[in-house]
Amino acid sequence: MANSDAIVGWKTITFGCHILEPGNSANFRTGDWRSQRPVTDKEKCIRCGMCWIFCPDMTYKQDEEGYFEADMEYCKGCGICAHECPKDAITMVPEEG
Amino acid sequence: MSKRVGIEVSIAISEAVGLARAEVIPAYPITPQTHIVEHLSEMVANGQLDAEFVPVESEHAAMSCCCGAAAAGARVFTSSSSQGLSLMSEILYIPSTMRLPMVMVVANRAMSAPISIWNDHQDIMVQRDIGWIQTFAENGQEAVDLTIHAFKVAENRNVSLPMIVNIDGFTLSHVIEPIELPDQEDVDKYLPPFKPRYKLDPRRPITMGPVGIPEVYTEAKVAHAMAMKNSRRYILKAWKEFEEVFGRKYEPVETYRTEDAEVLLVGMGSICETAMTAVDEMRDQGQKVGLLKIRLWRPFPAQEFRKAVGKTKILAAIDRCLPPGAVCGPVGAELRSMFYKIPGAPKIFSFVAGLGGRDVTVSRFEEIVDKARAYAKKRPRELYEVIGVREK
Repeated sequence: MANSDAIVGWKTITFGCHILEPGNSANFRTGDWRSQRPVTDKEKCIRCGMCWIFCPDMTYKQDEEGYFEADMEYCKGCGICAHECPKDAITMVPEEG
Repeated sequence: MSKRVGIEVSIAISEAVGLARAEVIPAYPITPQTHIVEHLSEMVANGQLDAEFVPVESEHAAMSCCCGAAAAGARVFTSSSSQGLSLMSEILYIPSTMRLPMVMVVANRAMSAPISIWNDHQDIMVQRDIGWIQTFAENGQEAVDLTIHAFKVAENRNVSLPMIVNIDGFTLSHVIEPIELPDQEDVDKYLPPFKPRYKLDPRRPITMGPVGIPEVYTEAKVAHAMAMKNSRRYILKAWKEFEEVFGRKYEPVETYRTEDAEVLLVGMGSICETAMTAVDEMRDQGQKVGLLKIRLWRPFPAQEFRKAVGKTKILAAIDRCLPPGAVCGPVGAELRSMFYKIPGAPKIFSFVAGLGGRDVTVSRFEEIVDKARAYAKKRPRELYEVIGVREK
């Protein structure tokens, strides 16, 4: 869970463990414990954006060509995108190592 | 000039909270704390006190509401007892690590079963480790003074911790005593308006109470523990300032006739008044006996306590709490840990007395001293002893 800025000693931890900077949750990499990752087959993908809509963690971003790609810093491998894809373009692939 | 009046201690505490200009009072009534919050609700309803009195549906809600109000930057007061305090338990750990100042008077009462509305310290010992600063009052005047002191300490920006003032249920809460209520002007001088380090404010949004992942939790707890440890100097400073403004002096550990003492009784709260009478009687008989009163229970004033013990070789620790299965009561355990392997440490004997409203009389204190002397010569078979229990 690596936002190294937040992993500090007791002397520098924020007062009362408050979060003093609003809207900073994107600074935390929360995808470390994923066991499988979504891989999109661009041959099948129709760029409908269902994966982008259904992703509960908003990890999908649209690239310049209009394809959607999951950000592995946040993706937890839940597989909802693969389940919802109308073209079965997304496959869940086990993480190695 | 402040005036000395005959007043019920609970009512006097409410008046002290009024003098401290509490702004939010979420509270739920429970015997023997009831008169404190009843009178506060009257004061608010009558326009005597400009505060929000929140008549919550339970103590769980009371403490939750206290946290919200303190987070918003209000001066917060509540009060509870026994089963009610236990119902707060889930919330009590929260404002302390979140560094939210507030003051609670606990009218100490036994824990059921069997149902008992009467006084002992089992309710607060359940909450011993919640990380609040805790003091124990011996009489009505102390209850009033410690309540005002508590706001001063809790709200100090270097402390910023919640604080409990323990008063013995009925023995103090329902007794009419001559009490000097301070002047508003003096209280205002002693206690300036509360200025929190951080507060919930839409103009400057922050998050309070987030998840503490394993990489953070230990550091958050240690930061709290260190704040507690460092609060000691501000507690003492606030007592010194109290003396300057109001003329009454308080110390974390108070001594009574401890000079040359062979045996020292150690107690907390109202039993110390009877213990002083017992010490006087024993001194009259030529016995070298004294008394140590623990006024500051958390953070435990180990330094002051060691100094107060001096060269005395026998301590009789009196707990008003019986923890089944433990090696002894919490006061006894605290003292034994503190003196463990310290060269020249006194022998510490642990006694449990005054459970569920049973009086601890002068003769019981004499019995405790006699037993402590005997055990110093011949080790007792048990690690603690319940005083005055009928065997058959």
